[in-house]
Amino acid sequence: MAQEIFSKEELSRYSRHLIIPEFNIEGQRKLKAAKVLVVGTGGLGAPLLQYLAAAGVGTIGVLDFDVVEDSNLQRQVLFSTSDIGKSKVQAAKERLEGLNPYINIITHNVLLSSQNALEIVKDYDLVADGTDNFPTRYLVNDACVLLGKPNVYASIYRFDGQVSVFNYTDKDGVVGPNYRDLFPSPPPPGLVPSCAEGGVLGVLPGIIGSLQANEVIKVITGVGEPLVGRLFLFDAMNFETRTVKVYRDENNPVNGKNPTVTELIDYQEFCGFNMKQQDDVKSISVSEFLELQNSDEPYQLIDVREDFEYEISNIEGVHIPLADVEDEVDQIVSDKKVVVHCKAGGRSKKAIQLLEKDYGFTNLYNLTGGIDAYYEEVDAN
Amino acid sequence: MAKVIIPTPLRKFTDNQAAFEANAENVYDAISALADAYPDIHKHLFDDKNQIRSFLRIYLGDEDINVLDKEKTALKAEDTLSIIPAIAGGIN
Repeated sequence: MAQEIFSKEELSRYSRHLIIPEFNIEGQRKLKAAKVLVVGTGGLGAPLLQYLAAAGVGTIGVLDFDVVEDSNLQRQVLFSTSDIGKSKVQAAKERLEGLNPYINIITHNVLLSSQNALEIVKDYDLVADGTDNFPTRYLVNDACVLLGKPNVYASIYRFDGQVSVFNYTDKDGVVGPNYRDLFPSPPPPGLVPSCAEGGVLGVLPGIIGSLQANEVIKVITGVGEPLVGRLFLFDAMNFETRTVKVYRDENNPVNGKNPTVTELIDYQEFCGFNMKQQDDVKSISVSEFLELQNSDEPYQLIDVREDFEYEISNIEGVHIPLADVEDEVDQIVSDKKVVVHCKAGGRSKKAIQLLEKDYGFTNLYNLTGGIDAYYEEVDAN
Repeated sequence: MAKVIIPTPLRKFTDNQAAFEANAENVYDAISALADAYPDIHKHLFDDKNQIRSFLRIYLGDEDINVLDKEKTALKAEDTLSIIPAIAGGIN
């Protein structure tokens, strides 16, 4: 490793690190030499990116494909109101360069996929996973395991947070457990809602993303004991914290005794999302639905959103939250057209897929764009 | 009575209770008792074959039951069991 040289300004900027005996100039040099890829610039990415940039991590890759929306600002404190509509990676780059001009920010304005992950990840020393869905979690994990990179993991849901350091190779060359050792298989779609469905307390990703940043800095500098072989759990509701043990599993398909995953796979399929089938779901546009409402044709409307969403506003559909669809299947008629809707069309699609596959329904139509699109069209008229 | 800690994603099936006191001799019985007390949670804990779902991890204190006696791990009255689900949310 080339010796990192600091300017007078940088030495002044990092002085509070330099005077920590365990950290000092050596720790700061390691930070400056480090290349960290942060996957996701959302609730977790916001504190994570800002602390890594402020701490002086020399090269930070920022990966996201989204644009800043007003509903992000409740927790994604990396962004400002003036960033709404901007690409997240561009807004992040501007903010981070303003915070620390002595570091290099690389933007990846892409959706991480099996096709591009290895090519992107290979240029970094470490990955910090702050994504929001199971397929990408397994993709990031497998890419890190195949390339031998540590994966600093954090995840949140409503009031719960989890943190761990996966695939870390210690000074004796021993590799720690990874995500697949902890969770060999993902939950089937629909059983565990995403934050878009379940909500998240805005400050929670701030807490958990900061812990994630702490682990990234420890892994880079070698200071302290990284959270390897342990999973940290935080329950913000009751302020309970626990740390439980995680072990290598010899049946791990990526780096167990008999690996069967030797290259990146189709993670949508692995997590039970069959893209082709999703596209096959019959749909009805808002304008077609409005026509149906005004016609004499009998139909049934099903709303698969959560209770709190239904209470905020609804269009008088039969209310069956996605997780309860199987239990309430008797309420869904099969002798007339059934329009299924949620907020934006994702959950209703899952509900229809389940009902078609397991219960043989053929009369279900997904309301394109969900209740959001419905209100938009009704307001416009 | 062993205590079973319920993670937030499953609390909507337990009237928002964060913990459940189970009078059970082993892990499987404790999780079953929870499902008996709150029938709506059953399908989230058990698969079609009544096995504890593979995407849930069960811990006795800080120890993975898989390195103990798995679902047959014996419980003492003062034990705490945690159900740890995979959660993925974070951005949206």
